[in-house]
Amino acid sequence: MNRYETVFIMTPVLSADQVTETVEKYRALIIANGGKTVHEDAWGLRKLAYPIQKKSTGFYHLIEWEAEGSAVLPFETEFRRDERILRFLTTAMEKHHIAYAESRRDKSNRKAEPKQEAEVVVEMPKKEASTTEEKA
Amino acid sequence: MADKKVRYLKSIEIDTKAERYCRFRKKGFKYIDYKDPDFLLMLCNPQGKILPRRLTGTSLKYQRKASQAIKKARHLALMPYVADNLN
Repeated sequence: MNRYETVFIMTPVLSADQVTETVEKYRALIIANGGKTVHEDAWGLRKLAYPIQKKSTGFYHLIEWEAEGSAVLPFETEFRRDERILRFLTTAMEKHHIAYAESRRDKSNRKAEPKQEAEVVVEMPKKEASTTEEKA
Repeated sequence: MADKKVRYLKSIEIDTKAERYCRFRKKGFKYIDYKDPDFLLMLCNPQGKILPRRLTGTSLKYQRKASQAIKKARHLALMPYVADNLN
């Protein structure tokens, strides 16, 4: 089993339902090829750095998945046939890439969950500052 | 000895004082992310071209990784192939 990361861009013409439908299609395709999805990230509508097929925006979506190497070719063929897809890029993830992706996910999880703890941390240096002022 | 030529025992130090270092090696990078265009812009000139190693000081190993990352980012339209005023 290898781990892959695919980023693809869908046309901005699609509605929100159609976007989820397309993503669902590729998710199912990975499972059909004997793989599984590890992580997903919808970047949403983003501006393109240059126009592709006369479109200046697109829906970005990232899928991290695990499968045998033979699953990549049918997966990419489907992207080429699909008119809703403007661009796609599949990269095989080596160990540093996987470590990077996982550490980044941990960071974003930590930021999302404990808000109260962060407030406590902010208070700490204030107290220290006040004590140093008294000493001075 | 009318035409005395100035000779130096050591080579003169002109602008060689500023030490060059590889920013990736110094900060312990293992992987350069192609999904982070803002960071990759630091390695490009205002036209969007990749800056050479002799200007950025990057080591060969990381220059290779960085240029691959930039090319991936260009393919995904995260960065422009050609531009007028970046940075």
